[in-house]
Amino acid sequence: MMLQEHIVSFILFFPLLGAVIITLLPRDQKNLIRWFAFLWSLVPLVLASWLWLHLEVGSGYQFVERAEWFPQIGAAYAVGVDGLSTPLVFLTTLLVPLALLVSFSIEERVKAYFALFLFLEVGIIGVFVSLDLLLFFLFWEIGLIPMYFLIHIWGGHNRNYASFKFFVYTMTGSLLMLLAIQVIGLTQHTFDIVLLTERGPFSRVGTLGLPIAMGTLKRLAFWAFTLAFAIKVPVWPFHTWLPDAHTEAPTAGSMLLAGVLLKLGAYGFFRLVLPFFPQEAASYAPILVVLGLLGLIFGSLSALGQWDFKRLVAYSSVGHMGFVIMGVAVAALAQVGKIDPLTASLATEGAVLQMFTHGISSAAMFALVGVLYERAHTRDLHQFGGIWTVMPVYGGILLFATMASLGLPGLAGFVSEFMVMRGVWPVFTGVAAFAILGLILTAAYLLWMLQRVLHGPVDERWLKLPEIKAREVVALAPLLFLMLLTGVWPSWIMNTINAAVVRLLGL
Amino acid sequence: MTLDSMAWLMLLPPVLAFWLIVLFFNRWKRLSHWTAIGAAFISFVLAQGIVIAGLRMGAEALAERPIHSLLPWLPTGATVLSLGVWIDPLTVALLFFVSITVLAIFVYSVGYMHGDPKYSRFFAFISLFAFGMFGLVVADDLLMLFIFWEIMGLCSYLLIGFWYHKPSAYRAAVKAFLTTRIGDVFMLLGIAYLYSQTGTLSYDVLFRNHEVLHRLATTPSVIGGLSVAALAGLLLFAGTVGKSAQFPLHVWLPDAMEGPTPVSAMIHAATMVSAGVYLVIRAFPLLSAGLGGAAGTPPKVAMGVIGAFTAFFAATIAVAQRDIKRVLAYSTISQLGYMIAALGVGAYVAAAFHLVAHAFFKALLFLGSGSVIVGMHHHQDMMEMGGLRKKMPITFWTFVAGGFALSGFPIITAGFWSKDEILAEAFHAAMGGSWLGWFVYTLLALGALLTAFYTMRQISLTFLGEPRSEHAEHAHETPWTMTAPLVVLAFFALTFGFVGVPEDFPVLGPLFGGNFFHHFVGATLMEEMETTPLNWVPLTISIVFALGGLYFGWWVYGRRPLEAGAPDPLERALGKLYTVLENKYYVDEFYDRLFIQPTIRLGAWVYKWIDRGVIDGILHTVAKAAVVSGQLFGWVDRVVINGGVDSAARGVGRMGEEGRRGLQTGLVQDYIFILAVFVILFVLVYFVRGAGL
Repeated sequence: MMLQEHIVSFILFFPLLGAVIITLLPRDQKNLIRWFAFLWSLVPLVLASWLWLHLEVGSGYQFVERAEWFPQIGAAYAVGVDGLSTPLVFLTTLLVPLALLVSFSIEERVKAYFALFLFLEVGIIGVFVSLDLLLFFLFWEIGLIPMYFLIHIWGGHNRNYASFKFFVYTMTGSLLMLLAIQVIGLTQHTFDIVLLTERGPFSRVGTLGLPIAMGTLKRLAFWAFTLAFAIKVPVWPFHTWLPDAHTEAPTAGSMLLAGVLLKLGAYGFFRLVLPFFPQEAASYAPILVVLGLLGLIFGSLSALGQWDFKRLVAYSSVGHMGFVIMGVAVAALAQVGKIDPLTASLATEGAVLQMFTHGISSAAMFALVGVLYERAHTRDLHQFGGIWTVMPVYGGILLFATMASLGLPGLAGFVSEFMVMRGVWPVFTGVAAFAILGLILTAAYLLWMLQRVLHGPVDERWLKLPEIKAREVVALAPLLFLMLLTGVWPSWIMNTINAAVVRLLGL
Repeated sequence: MTLDSMAWLMLLPPVLAFWLIVLFFNRWKRLSHWTAIGAAFISFVLAQGIVIAGLRMGAEALAERPIHSLLPWLPTGATVLSLGVWIDPLTVALLFFVSITVLAIFVYSVGYMHGDPKYSRFFAFISLFAFGMFGLVVADDLLMLFIFWEIMGLCSYLLIGFWYHKPSAYRAAVKAFLTTRIGDVFMLLGIAYLYSQTGTLSYDVLFRNHEVLHRLATTPSVIGGLSVAALAGLLLFAGTVGKSAQFPLHVWLPDAMEGPTPVSAMIHAATMVSAGVYLVIRAFPLLSAGLGGAAGTPPKVAMGVIGAFTAFFAATIAVAQRDIKRVLAYSTISQLGYMIAALGVGAYVAAAFHLVAHAFFKALLFLGSGSVIVGMHHHQDMMEMGGLRKKMPITFWTFVAGGFALSGFPIITAGFWSKDEILAEAFHAAMGGSWLGWFVYTLLALGALLTAFYTMRQISLTFLGEPRSEHAEHAHETPWTMTAPLVVLAFFALTFGFVGVPEDFPVLGPLFGGNFFHHFVGATLMEEMETTPLNWVPLTISIVFALGGLYFGWWVYGRRPLEAGAPDPLERALGKLYTVLENKYYVDEFYDRLFIQPTIRLGAWVYKWIDRGVIDGILHTVAKAAVVSGQLFGWVDRVVINGGVDSAARGVGRMGEEGRRGLQTGLVQDYIFILAVFVILFVLVYFVRGAGL
């Protein structure tokens, strides 16, 4: 069947078609545009769910499509999914309709906004499904552009600085990556990720006539990829673009930024850095794990120092992604066979699961910040207090999402954080011991935030704040459900992730 | 129905009640409380069913083959991490008292929370709490225990801060969560450690498999001088220190009294705080595995020292408190210290015995104090009370029963038997030449004296004499929903001790069937526990201290009742020391200066100086350098390379501008449109070619 054979391409390009149709819709029909974009974005979600249900767990890339693209330089249109990318594709297709639903309150340049959003979806999914390095890079860059515009046009007061910083920072990383991809392409005459993973990205000897040793070239390529992904994750100390971008981005933009854009970086580590450069990754793993720890601790400390609700949530991402990085570091050592299989799989799966759980909880947190900001027109934590009395449903939902973010057992974050902690402990015992400091700080700033927002006597100004709308609850409900489901019964997703990781690490 | 399915099933009603109330029923108060109580009742019936079945099976059979059922939870690598239920004699003992106290407190809440605007929410939260406690009790492994442990922590946070419009309430809630969290993360580390050493977290392996225990006790850990068992045990014990409010993490429990009183009774006296003690009782085989110094393994020494110190330390503070609930809070900390110290000297059964007995009488005392508070129109200062004996007779008599049990009044109270067993065991250890035994015994015995004293002080100030304020004058007895649970709990507070009367105690020993509790719970360890022979020395000391303390309390406060507005007689007697005690040794102030304020300042500092200062500073410098060098090149361009090149460029520029105007309309959607159309065309071409058309 046509649909089944090309399902990945359908998921990938369907939003693009939607973006085109939106640009053709009449400018003043705002509701039409909104509803069209939302309903349209449900189709990829349905397709992605179908894809996941039909994925054969643990048997490598599936639904692969290949077509010629640039035969002269060896690049091809090749897409496909495995157990690592499928949950992330699903997460993307889930977050986009929810973010669109949250964006119904956007009144300014509606057409461009919704079109850009669907366009952004293409870029993100493209990265997750690409099986060709050049294609990977193409989508990597495509994701950058709509995000830039979303911050730049619909952003807050300091949007020029934030969008520029975001753009230049990410661009720096991706230029280095492009260079590395070129080197691989020129020496190996292929960009095929599957092939390169199998035989190593520098199996064919050749230094392009440059007066540098092969080992050096490889190390340079390793650093180029690592830096590009490290900026995106972001790994401490390359994180300072993130709070600025988040604070200025519109609510839905932050949802996607924290929910999936950051995962592009982490995905890059798993998909490219670890398989391509096992030796280099293993030898730099101790540095990486320390950077992950510093991200956790300094990110949490910075969050503690925030008075801007949204910036606080943004910094929480720095902290939570620190867990992913610690997991990546253990996975790097596991690849070269230095770790017992149970520890290796726990750490790696914990990191992969953390990508997903942080995706849902951070998206929900940003949506909730947006709900309050839209009503109160401030994010200053000095100003709030007693909101739970005024908006009881909102308060309950904020509490729930915060607890998931805090890593409360029974909700999603705990499972992944426990797995990473357990995986890191026998390998980097000192790091795991210090990581508990991060866990305490995380609880501290989140509880402090809850106290500032929800508790205390009600300020007169907020007495008339309207309760969270049904539309907003609908946008949050799937995320809350997934937090609970993953916390209570993680097998629903771990079956897929486990099989993928076992394959990835060759356990 | 098999027992394991009963155990699973028992967990469901409370959590269902929670979701039903939160999602659907919260507008209807009566429906909410009936849902919650109904759920608690079903769980109660199932729990007692398990208890009866367990008693029928007999301790040995149940300990040999505990009821164990697993549910695969987390597939990882080649293995699956399972969660499950586990019922052995110790579980049975816990289920017995947990289900009774929970049900009593649910019923009581109907009266106590009457008229509260967040009535339904209250019942939702306590239902979730009950789910947490039942889950913790039946857990078969450390991870499941930890999950339910934290769920209870959440409920505790929510319920302490239930009246969150009050700053004191929400501050107490955050304090409770964070303080216990400190213990919890160490505990989590301990769990991770055990998991990586053994590949499992099941009690069955960790606490029952002698080979594993031996290996853990003989493998050196990452910290020199400690075995894996010792280090992991210490880390687990840190969780107990937080949860059971032991020094130095005890500071949250007194503040937790900001919550509604049923919550104080259930969470902060009877069940949740005993979860910490339950953990160390459960993990006792691990904690005592291997060789230590003369006093025992490092975790046992830690438990003995911290437990005994806390028991005494908290008792001294309780003496100088004015708030009726705070006295009980410090008394709870103190009594939990007794149990932990008991484990330190190896008194496994005594700790469990006191755990159960304490749950009954402390829940009773809290509910009694709640009844007083309602009668007093929500005033809690004992200095304003007095004379309530006549106005609230049921509350008075039940409170006396609870208070005497707490003081260890001889023979007729449960507290006497349980506390005496701990003291007897500690004395036995001391006689055996252990310094820890001496340490524990001395502090606990002195603590017992103080306990009896402050209990009588509380009873006298609250109930005896004449009313010292308007509120006390107009106090009234509370409705039956509140007094009935008091009577039920008073029954157990007085009689429960008879299941654990030492065999060689004259007359009563044989009469009550020879220390049933000891044999039943002791069987959990699957080794013959020797009973400490009856020793008249500690027994006499206990009786003298209990009666002496009570008498002394009566002598100071009851003989000549306090006049309205008069200072506490103790204040004159103790002078400055009284102020120190009243201010709880200034531990809170100390923590605030030493930890909390510096951390907050550090957070602001890290953001300002590291992120904004150093990292962004470097970025901005690089950006500026780029701009400056760009301007420099521009200047070179203009000055050096001018003339012919310039005019040619101008021509190109004009052409470009005209061509661009059509394309570059400045609107984002046009960019997208053009880009997208090209991509789609490109895709179509491939499909068409691929289909061979």
